[in-house]
Amino acid sequence: MSESTAASQLGMNRTGLQMSPRLSREMTENIDETLADTNGMEIAETRREYILAADDLGSVPPPATVKGVLKSGAGMLTGSRPHILIDKISERLAFERGGARLYDAVIAKFRVHGDELTGATLMELQRIRDQEVEHAALLKDALETLGADPTALTPCADLVGVESAGLLQAASDPRTNLAQTLHAALAAELIDGAGWELLAELAQDAGQADLAEQFTAASGQEAEHLRLVEGWYRALSIPAVARA
Amino acid sequence: MTLALFEDRGTPLSQQRFTWRELAGKPISKLDDDAFSRVRVILMNGMETEALRFSHAAARFNQKLRLPLADVRRVEQHQATMVNWLLGADHSPLETTIGYEQVAIEITAALAQQEPDEYLAQTYRFGLLEDFDHMYRFSALLDRLEGKDSNNILQSYTDVLPGRPTVVEHRAPENDLRRPFDRTTAAPLTKLNALILVAAENQTHDYYMTIGPLFADPVARQLYAEIASIEEQHVTQYESLLDPSTTLIENWLMHEAMEVYTYYSCVQQEPNPRLKAIWERMLNYELGHLHIVADLFKKHERRDPQEVIGTHLPEPVPFASQREFVRKTLAREVDLRASGTEYCTLEEEPQSSIDYRNQLNSQGSPSEVVASGYSWRPGTELNRKVVNL
Repeated sequence: MSESTAASQLGMNRTGLQMSPRLSREMTENIDETLADTNGMEIAETRREYILAADDLGSVPPPATVKGVLKSGAGMLTGSRPHILIDKISERLAFERGGARLYDAVIAKFRVHGDELTGATLMELQRIRDQEVEHAALLKDALETLGADPTALTPCADLVGVESAGLLQAASDPRTNLAQTLHAALAAELIDGAGWELLAELAQDAGQADLAEQFTAASGQEAEHLRLVEGWYRALSIPAVARA
Repeated sequence: MTLALFEDRGTPLSQQRFTWRELAGKPISKLDDDAFSRVRVILMNGMETEALRFSHAAARFNQKLRLPLADVRRVEQHQATMVNWLLGADHSPLETTIGYEQVAIEITAALAQQEPDEYLAQTYRFGLLEDFDHMYRFSALLDRLEGKDSNNILQSYTDVLPGRPTVVEHRAPENDLRRPFDRTTAAPLTKLNALILVAAENQTHDYYMTIGPLFADPVARQLYAEIASIEEQHVTQYESLLDPSTTLIENWLMHEAMEVYTYYSCVQQEPNPRLKAIWERMLNYELGHLHIVADLFKKHERRDPQEVIGTHLPEPVPFASQREFVRKTLAREVDLRASGTEYCTLEEEPQSSIDYRNQLNSQGSPSEVVASGYSWRPGTELNRKVVNL
């Protein structure tokens, strides 16, 4: 496999028109310009019908006991829709768990190709990974404090799996180089940052000052992850372009 | 009293119609629908794909039945679509796999308990413990690859524990073939059970063969390659229970009876009213098919279909957790192996199977790798608060 820092290799990529001038000319000569360009309106209309008729992905389970919330001393959730905070905490929990596994894939790649990247160590990557696990534990505790079920898959948590699937596929493919793998991690860190900031605000609005403080601290750690990962990604990508 | 097979002729074939909008209808909720609703969706897709598979094979060997086969098959195709499309896209392929193994475990366990023929019941228990182990391996993969908890799919109905280890399930083909039942003496329930499991295993095999290469992760790719191979073994095993002297039309009649039986079981137990209405519609379609084939049977074989399938269905297939039965079977039979058509102890297993699996496992065992040290716990392994897994 080519190194991340090497210029992208030239080779027999067959996907573009330029690789097959004669065949491509046969195709492009046959384009019927008279076909009306509806700009995909029929597709949009079908989608609109389905969106109008669709049910939600599912619901948030009610907290097992309100008593559980009072006993913990966390106090009642303020605001009229506490289940939204629970859904978003569960979403973050799903993302952190998925993130830990994403970093397992990144670390596997780094163990083979880490010598390409002078600014990173296995220990730093492992630390990021372990902090994702700590974040997951924090969120699990937060849910239990609020009397919610940390093992439940809420709608937003469910969607995290759908959203992250592509990132995991990219990172776990043995054919992707370290830069490509870090690109997936970078996307995850950007989502992480936005997610924690929002969660801290939601917790504050819900009268959960302690949780808001913990979420803000986690947000700070994620900012550090982003700084590191973005730096590594750029370190691998930019010299490759500069030397090409 | 269960459904009387010859009192209701169901929906006439000419009225068995669909639109694309219906076929791509609203899926079930992965979160709010009961896990057994998902089990029913997966199972019935398996029944329909078996109907298609059999119908195509039959058409290769019989000219005069090609038109009625094609007519009925066209509806089965659209039934299969309508049912299979009930699975929502928020199920990852691996989560759907967990659903498939739940079907295998709970339905095989249910049928093993209702099977009157002890040899067939033993065969079902034998396969059960292997599918049970697949659940454990796929759960490990779901946790370690995607960071997800398989119990979100299982809804606590089904255990996640090692069964008969997948690594030793690989057998030489001669040790996968079983003794077929005798169609002249076997109970209708025996025939229905066997057909249901052939169908379910074939469906599972085809599903794993389709999605296996969609995974980028090499451990996942290897695991699906390994377990798909076992599912092929299971298809061979259950298929060999079928009496090969059964005529083509009698086979077709049994297939339609199987579909009636399983849709009826779904109708009786479905809590989701929208799904229940779908099962009822499909049941009526299958009754229509049953009577078409029953009439063909009378015409071409001059035999009474009631002699083959009886007048009433058996009691519905139970859609419920079979945890206690599975645990008992696991405790008693996990070390059973197969020798030719019979079952034997671990020490008696033929060298042919040992040699066969040693070759396949000679570069490592994905099922062992993926689940090394794995124990299911709520909220995934990451819930242990350990670092450096």
